[in-house]
Amino acid sequence: MALETAREISEAIRAGTTSATEVCQAALDRIRHRNDAIYAFHTVSADRALSQAAALDARPAEWARLPLLGVPIALKDNLCTRGVTTTACSRILEHYTPPYDATVVQRLVAAGAVVVGKTNCDEFAMGSSTENSAFAPTKNPWSLDRTPGGSSGGSAAAVAARMVPIALGSDTGGSIRQPASMCGIIGLKPTYGRVSRYGLLAFASSLDQIGPLTTTVADAAATLQVMAGADPSDATSAEAPVPDYLAALTGEIRNVRIGVPRELVTEGVDGEVRATFEAGVETLRQQGALIVDVALPHSAHAIPVYYLVATAEASSNLARYDGVRYGLREPAETLGEMYDRTRDAGFGAEVKRRVLLGTYVLSAGYYDAYYLKAQQVRTLIRRDYEAALETADLIALPTSPTPAFLLGERTSDPLQMYLADVFTVAANLAGLPSISVPCGFTSSRLPCGLQLTGRAMDEATVLRVADAFERATPFARERP
Amino acid sequence: MPGDFTRADVERIARLARLELTEHEKTLITPQLSSFLAYAEQVQAVVTAGVPPTSHPLGATGSWREDIVRPSLPREEALSQAPEADLANGLFKVPRVLG
Repeated sequence: MALETAREISEAIRAGTTSATEVCQAALDRIRHRNDAIYAFHTVSADRALSQAAALDARPAEWARLPLLGVPIALKDNLCTRGVTTTACSRILEHYTPPYDATVVQRLVAAGAVVVGKTNCDEFAMGSSTENSAFAPTKNPWSLDRTPGGSSGGSAAAVAARMVPIALGSDTGGSIRQPASMCGIIGLKPTYGRVSRYGLLAFASSLDQIGPLTTTVADAAATLQVMAGADPSDATSAEAPVPDYLAALTGEIRNVRIGVPRELVTEGVDGEVRATFEAGVETLRQQGALIVDVALPHSAHAIPVYYLVATAEASSNLARYDGVRYGLREPAETLGEMYDRTRDAGFGAEVKRRVLLGTYVLSAGYYDAYYLKAQQVRTLIRRDYEAALETADLIALPTSPTPAFLLGERTSDPLQMYLADVFTVAANLAGLPSISVPCGFTSSRLPCGLQLTGRAMDEATVLRVADAFERATPFARERP
Repeated sequence: MPGDFTRADVERIARLARLELTEHEKTLITPQLSSFLAYAEQVQAVVTAGVPPTSHPLGATGSWREDIVRPSLPREEALSQAPEADLANGLFKVPRVLG
């Protein structure tokens, strides 16, 4: 039997039927075989991975307490890894080698996971197609002429192509869930504060959250279990206790109330996407869930509010890339010229657009009209969700309004690209946990995702319903 | 307001953002930002009188810890990624500050 899920891999190593080294080598072979066509990985850290695997094989006494024993994982290239380049897929950090591991990396490694490499993404996670990588676009394993979504497109493609069972992404406005949907896998954005952001290269600090992309909900639960919990290095990480997520996967969803905001699933949503969504809701109903109507009246403004808030925060966060302490430096006579030239040479077009937009909405005379106003409407969007989550336990929407689009189709129209996030950004604005689980295919065999959003810190219910859905349907087991 | 967004605005904010844009970049970016701002104009119509702004999604107010001296990143490591550094004296080096 092929070892594919994290659970199967750890059990097989404990049973002695394989070793961490064998599993690691097999993953490296799959990457070598398939990465040229897909470009899921930007960096493969074979040496670090094999020495980590050998160390695990040498210490069998520790195996029983390592929940991710020998599981090969990929990390989005905006997560810091000691001694392995971390580029954010930007020229400005092309050769940056962090002196420390992100907290999530420390925790996954301590749980027995083996880091095999860093995945491609939109530059500084700014994008919805992975075409904004400074290096090369990632291809969708289901259709090589299409994008995998983004910005965690390399992580989604690596898991969809079965190179690794688990990859981490970051989700600021849908960057885990949307590529998971477009690549036919599971993607979870935890509650804001559930997972430490220490060592994640910051894009928009009030929205960013790290989460797993996997082929099963159980693997997403196991990964979250290891990553979740307060961290003294991230003051925004939450003290809330971490429940047993695997124990929550009972398969039982009778009387769970699923809220459907019907007014959002209409114009602008692809017909086949809508059909898979309706069928998905019907599946949940047949399993005993109660389908209820909910209204999210301010969600119509979620995209402009998101881009106003996110770009403002980005313009501030990216001020640190100045050619002084790390990264690229362009030669210049004076310090000021050095800043200007380094940032012009180091940042790509989308990053510049967002830094400029964010600078504008924060600048004198425009702050109240744009940034403050957006933060106030953010409050209204958050209140809509709070109210809806009193009458429903979860809110269901399609993850993306369209299946994966063609490479190049939207690169010349930034606003069209921004609309790809129409169903995902609200969970970030409200800080809520949200998952995408495969819910069908279009007639040309492109995957579609069902998005389930829950109450703050209630990942357990999100995972339980997604797991029950996965068990009741064949879609997550399909492969490119 | 967005209809007024011009190339001069792009030049002004590029200075604030410390980005030396080429003329071609300015030509490309001006209509792109202008069209986003026109689209974002819809938020002006939302009634927000008395609504507090959200800057943290879950309303957290930060956390406290004791102010104790603890080990931190060694200076050599902190300097290891600098484009130019004076390792002996523990300094980042930059071009002259005054033009």
